[in-house]
Amino acid sequence: MANETVRNVIIIGGAPAGYTAAIYLSRATLSPLLLAGEKAGGQLMWTTLVENYPGFANGVQGPDLMQQMRDQAIKFGTEVKNEDVTKVDFSGQVKKVWVGETEYLAKTVIISLGASPRMTGAGEERLFGRGVSTCATCDAAFFKGKTVYVVGGGDSAMEDTLTLSMYTNKLTIIHRKDSFKASKIMQDRVLLTKKVPVLWNTELVEVIGETKLEKIKVEDNRTGETKELPAEGLFVAVGHMPNSDLFKGQLELDQMGYIVTNMTTSKPTNNQEVWLHGAPTQTSVPGVFASGDVVDLRYKQAITAAGFGCMAALDAEKFLTGALE
Amino acid sequence: MAAIHFSDADFEEKVLASSLPVLVDFYAQWCGPCRMAAPIIDELSETYKDKILIGKVDVDASVATAAKYGVQSIPTVIMFKEGKEIERKVGFGGRGGYEEMIKKVS
Repeated sequence: MANETVRNVIIIGGAPAGYTAAIYLSRATLSPLLLAGEKAGGQLMWTTLVENYPGFANGVQGPDLMQQMRDQAIKFGTEVKNEDVTKVDFSGQVKKVWVGETEYLAKTVIISLGASPRMTGAGEERLFGRGVSTCATCDAAFFKGKTVYVVGGGDSAMEDTLTLSMYTNKLTIIHRKDSFKASKIMQDRVLLTKKVPVLWNTELVEVIGETKLEKIKVEDNRTGETKELPAEGLFVAVGHMPNSDLFKGQLELDQMGYIVTNMTTSKPTNNQEVWLHGAPTQTSVPGVFASGDVVDLRYKQAITAAGFGCMAALDAEKFLTGALE
Repeated sequence: MAAIHFSDADFEEKVLASSLPVLVDFYAQWCGPCRMAAPIIDELSETYKDKILIGKVDVDASVATAAKYGVQSIPTVIMFKEGKEIERKVGFGGRGGYEEMIKKVS
């Protein structure tokens, strides 16, 4: 079912980057279509209080922040659909985007599909909802007084630990290195304020239990020694993977799967020239831009995603006016 | 039309004793992914209203029912037929996932 209308711009993915791009493009009267996806709101829908998003001195609930951004985009005329894109074709001048059988056409596309929780590789997903979780915000309350482990060493692992500490004191962190990469303030809350014990240099190797989690098997990666620990809960917070599978073979991706843009290309470029006259957020295909965690191999913050979304919108606008060399 | 609500008090009568299959969404007010599932559940309850019953259980308000079915992660969506659980989806299942569950019984 082809829809003959060729739109100015389609934004794929509705979270900080996509919503921000939509706000800018709708204010520029370019009538964007935002295919926000069934998981509209993205990773922030899995959070509670966000304390580091500027403009909210008392913090803001992640899902509320997403609703505000969405409302702001709609207010200026963005058409939003909570639909998952199933296929794209960026080979022609007119870009094609499909949701099932429905085809949408546009002169430009902005990809802001974000990232999804990574697994450890120990096969823990087998017991999802049966003791294993990636969302402490959602599931911590089910583990009142239970023996729980958190795997990871970044800010999200610290946040999960703090959330869980409100429900149980039988809580331990497992981390494969000998220090955390989480921010100092979060580490201090976990290690100094809550005094949560940590198994350093330790990796999860197996989850044990038929119908629910009963034990975990861990390995000390310095000695190779393994042991089994009784566990009722296991929260996995070992980072995220860019949601870029849809674009394999159409756009250049790096070895980790991040979409490559003019900002992150390994090819020799004149960065100053790109910044001044080019389009930093443009992908390997002209007219296709990318922003947020699907590009960002480093910062991965709500505010940086929003910033990238703004940049992609301005780059797309520049492309549409023909001002891009 | 929004999906109906079940509680500890009426779960037996409205879900387990129902002549139609019943899809139950276990959720909580404060759960972000549950907010993603909610509009889909509401819409499906309208689309399939003649074939199956679709409703929700607030796990904070109906602790006993959530515990009885071992709900440890939300959203968890369970299909009941003739008083028995026949399938469950843990975590946000998406429209496609929920429709697939419905089509198996309707």
